[in-house]
Amino acid sequence: MVNLTIDGRPVSVEPGTTILDAAKKVGVHIPTLCYLKELNEIAACRVCVVEVEGNEKLSAACNTAVEEGMAVHTSSPRALTARRTNVQLILSQHNVSCTTCVRGGNCSLQKAAEELNLLDMPFEKKPLPFRWDKSFPLLRDSSKCIQCLRCVNVCEKVQSLGVWAFNGTGRLSQVEVRGGANIRDINCALCGQCITHCPVGALSARDDTEKVRAAIADPEKLVVVQVAPAVRAAWGDAVGLPPELATERRMAAAIRSLGVDYVFDTNFTADLTIMEEGSELIERIKAGEKGPMFTSCCPGWVRFLKLEYPDMVRSLSTAKSPQQMFGAVAKSYYAKLLNVDPEKIFCVSVMPCSAKKYECDVKEVNDAAAKDVDVVLTTRELGRLLRGQGRDFSLLPEEDFDQPLGTASGAGVIFGATGGVMEAALRSAYFLLTGKNPDADAFSEIRSLEGWREYAFQIGQVKLRIAVASGLGNARKLVEALRSGEADYDFVEIMACPGGCAGGGGQPIRDGQELAGERGARLYTLDKANPLRFSHENPAVQALYKDYMEAPLSHRAHELLHTDQEKWAL
Amino acid sequence: MSRLQIIRPSAREKTVAQLYSDLARRGSVAPHGNCPLEQSAAFLKLCASQSCGKCVPCRVGLDQAAGIMERISEGRGELSDIDTLTRLAETIADSADCAIGSEAARSIGQCLKSFREDFLSHIEKGRCTAVFDSVPCRAACPAHVDIPGYIALVKAGRYADAVRVIRYDNPFPAACALVCEHPCELGCRRNMVDDAVNIRGVKRAAVDWAGDVPAPECLPSTGKRIAVVGGGPSGLTAAYYLQLMGHQVTLYEQRAKLGGMMRYGIPRYRLPDAYLDGDINVILSTGVEVHTGESITGEGYQKLQQDFDAVYLAIGAHSYKGLGVPGEEAGNVLSAVELLRAMGDGDKPDFTGKRVVVVGGGNVAMDCTRTAMRLGAASVKCVYRRRQSDMTALPAEVEAAIAEHCELVTMMAPVRVEKDANGNVAALIVQPQIPGGYDRGRPKPVKADKPEERIECDILIAAIGQVVDSEHFAQQGVPTKWGNIQSSTDCGVFQSEGVFAGGDCASGPSTVIRAVEAGKTAAANIDAYLGFHNILPQPVEIPPAASKVSGPCGRVELGERPAGERKGDFELAELNMSRQEAAQECSRCLRCDHYGFGSFRGGRNTKW
Repeated sequence: MVNLTIDGRPVSVEPGTTILDAAKKVGVHIPTLCYLKELNEIAACRVCVVEVEGNEKLSAACNTAVEEGMAVHTSSPRALTARRTNVQLILSQHNVSCTTCVRGGNCSLQKAAEELNLLDMPFEKKPLPFRWDKSFPLLRDSSKCIQCLRCVNVCEKVQSLGVWAFNGTGRLSQVEVRGGANIRDINCALCGQCITHCPVGALSARDDTEKVRAAIADPEKLVVVQVAPAVRAAWGDAVGLPPELATERRMAAAIRSLGVDYVFDTNFTADLTIMEEGSELIERIKAGEKGPMFTSCCPGWVRFLKLEYPDMVRSLSTAKSPQQMFGAVAKSYYAKLLNVDPEKIFCVSVMPCSAKKYECDVKEVNDAAAKDVDVVLTTRELGRLLRGQGRDFSLLPEEDFDQPLGTASGAGVIFGATGGVMEAALRSAYFLLTGKNPDADAFSEIRSLEGWREYAFQIGQVKLRIAVASGLGNARKLVEALRSGEADYDFVEIMACPGGCAGGGGQPIRDGQELAGERGARLYTLDKANPLRFSHENPAVQALYKDYMEAPLSHRAHELLHTDQEKWAL
Repeated sequence: MSRLQIIRPSAREKTVAQLYSDLARRGSVAPHGNCPLEQSAAFLKLCASQSCGKCVPCRVGLDQAAGIMERISEGRGELSDIDTLTRLAETIADSADCAIGSEAARSIGQCLKSFREDFLSHIEKGRCTAVFDSVPCRAACPAHVDIPGYIALVKAGRYADAVRVIRYDNPFPAACALVCEHPCELGCRRNMVDDAVNIRGVKRAAVDWAGDVPAPECLPSTGKRIAVVGGGPSGLTAAYYLQLMGHQVTLYEQRAKLGGMMRYGIPRYRLPDAYLDGDINVILSTGVEVHTGESITGEGYQKLQQDFDAVYLAIGAHSYKGLGVPGEEAGNVLSAVELLRAMGDGDKPDFTGKRVVVVGGGNVAMDCTRTAMRLGAASVKCVYRRRQSDMTALPAEVEAAIAEHCELVTMMAPVRVEKDANGNVAALIVQPQIPGGYDRGRPKPVKADKPEERIECDILIAAIGQVVDSEHFAQQGVPTKWGNIQSSTDCGVFQSEGVFAGGDCASGPSTVIRAVEAGKTAAANIDAYLGFHNILPQPVEIPPAASKVSGPCGRVELGERPAGERKGDFELAELNMSRQEAAQECSRCLRCDHYGFGSFRGGRNTKW
């Protein structure tokens, strides 16, 4: 152990611990901006500088290892002066427009300036210009970028794509799309991890809330909302509700309060996805087809595969994602139930995701109407719409989802966590292969945040070799192992974001925190509490097949619920 | 008011002078890879600040030139700016009244010539392609050795690990600890503070204190066989890494012993056998099959191509240039190569009481000069046609030679060799020179209006350069140019499938570390050529950087044994650091792998 003092308080920590972490142990919070644990320990912003007795220069707390006998002063006059000045310098390059910024109120730079009581600005303002194609789902405002380089490292180290690069040298150096390319022409999966790891408002998802407001205001439109599984685990963050109050039924009530006509649940089509994808898997196994089948519900993953391994796109399940299945069902079956023209239905999808904004525009997934899903909002946009209501949501009584597209099983809700699709599929595959249900928690060992994990299950006569990965860097390793023959599976679930949709790029941001674990755990609690644990037992799904789709993989199901990802334009 | 005043520099003037000396120090280690346009814009601004302001081209023109350069660097330039800048540079050069303007204009002209690509990238694409070199010493080292890593290990007392880290990139830690020309030190960021870290000195400490450090395990055998021709630093380096990657190397060396110019060029008082053999034994311990005393001629080369999966030619540059003056065929006139080769084989000529003249100004000339002194010469004169400051030999070598009572005779060009009655050399006739105009960075010697001089001598040694003896290979279709084997930067020989070449035979005479660079490059590319991608493991963990960065502190220089003592023997002349000196020198390292850009990119990514 290494012994040192921080602001006079003795502390003993493991060798290699940073001053930042040692300070945390004695309750001293040293402000940081660029720092992200293990991902971006580059000491670039120089906001976390502290004074170490006997050292000529200040040290960056985030990447300086503790030393025996060190005496650290975290807020000495020298440290504070440097910290304040450095934040002012960062502000001189930052287009300070907090009131109209998507991150206003949730911005680490704003917080740092506030904490340091920076009430004046002695430096000339020199923000870079904002040049971007604002119709793209991912926006980068270089006038707000503080060159912390988190996006560069997250995209490269976690997602293995390296879309962002630090270009140039000296005062003109800046983050840009790798090679100065247009973002549309490069291998961006649209996962949005750069957005959720940006400390300021430089990276964001395109805001589509105005389109939703307009639809609500249009008396001709029947506004139908679907809410993805992982949204319910995080929406509280977006409206300032603690988890115990941010229930899924309160969320349904809150969304209804916006004036929409129906609030449905994507979990319903998650169950439907299991029926289609599970049946597809079993058909493939029975037909003795070689090679794994990949899940297809994550558009970030689909884009990744199309961009990086186009020859493997045909291994994807042809099942559409739950979002697009919902759109197709809403504008066919449900339109028929209501006896309305499908084109009058305005389908809003609330997703923990930025890639879904791309997916809904893909021509090949729009089969029931011109647009099966009209607009995709991120969880953060939902929060912005809700906050505009000016309500105290904690006082809002809980309400149910609307029926019938609001009935869902616990297997559906866990789609929002890594391994959840696989677990839901295994529960139903077990039934399809053996004719009886397994224990609903029989496959719970899949629940883990490990980036790439593999299992083998004996189900009836079939030995199923499966793998689950989340994060595109892990996905790449898995795909490379498949290609080299080091790995061989029957079924593989991949989610682009680490931890799955719970950690999605469209989720509310708490800077510096990885929330996939905590949010995913909420989904498993909901699964456990749901009396329905199997997708194939969802009565609404059964009714849908009986009254409209006939059976999984039927001709109609193929028309409405399946797609050919090879044809998707990027 | 008094009629005259004694001028004392004011504090203001002293500070400005200090700024310029800081600038010179910074300039000497200007970060490689930084945007050349931004740097030249800043340079022109500085030039403009030096103008007195009287004349238009300098006062207005330099400011405009700086402005244009800055505009382009910021991505706001237009193609027509290049023409404007060209015309402006010509006008300032032609019409400025003094050097303040015209010399700055000459620099603009240089920029226009060499930054063409950068101009176009900034103007047409609005972007800079500059890439910062995060660890400057490692970037400057041809073998890219993890220098901050091994300095940290020496500081921690982990000498064997330091040697392991060096060997990961360079299998000659001991030889390089003594004779490397240390280009790394030119890049050392510490130059901005005071002076470069004595990197070679720290390496010497590591090597001397490490004890025996065995080679790492080889990767599993690939079954591939590679022939290496030449057992010098380049061939041995390639052999070492290829063996570690699991291939089987057979090495052919025409002389009796391995080492190439390290043994047959560098004298023992600079590189004792114990050090050289230590490195070579570790290399051979990986299982290299060695055939010494075997020359590869035309037929042999053909057979190697048939029998092996790849061939690496590293035959060095062991032929020499003659003086090219009448009478050089006289007796007792020999080449540096002949003398040093004989020394390498242990055949010491006896120069007792002889007057020796060495011609040349490079490191080889110094080696001959100091060797002659050790062979008992009564006097040794080193004749050079330029100034001492123009010598390409390391200044430390020149100083050591002078300390050993060798005499430098500069600004003298050999004219002819005078023979005695027996046909032996009697004197070298030289023509005094004066330094003339600049040619490739140094003044060209020009005949002075002075009469010839006669330097009497008994032994005359020509150390004016070596050449490659590549005729056998050229006859077999290996492309050569002025004797040098023509290979690309990946060491692949042009139009020769599976044949690689590097080291002195491809580059012409160069340094050990350059030969190591080529051997390592060839090994990596031969591995790839054979269809592999063997990445060698680097298992040594590097201690974290200390929080304390030492302030200005003098650089420790390695001492030498007293000149009077060392000039009488061939024992190692240079002394190691003390532990105290090593500790201080290691603390001077700024740990660019951790501080600065290194924590973001390139700091500890050492795998190749």
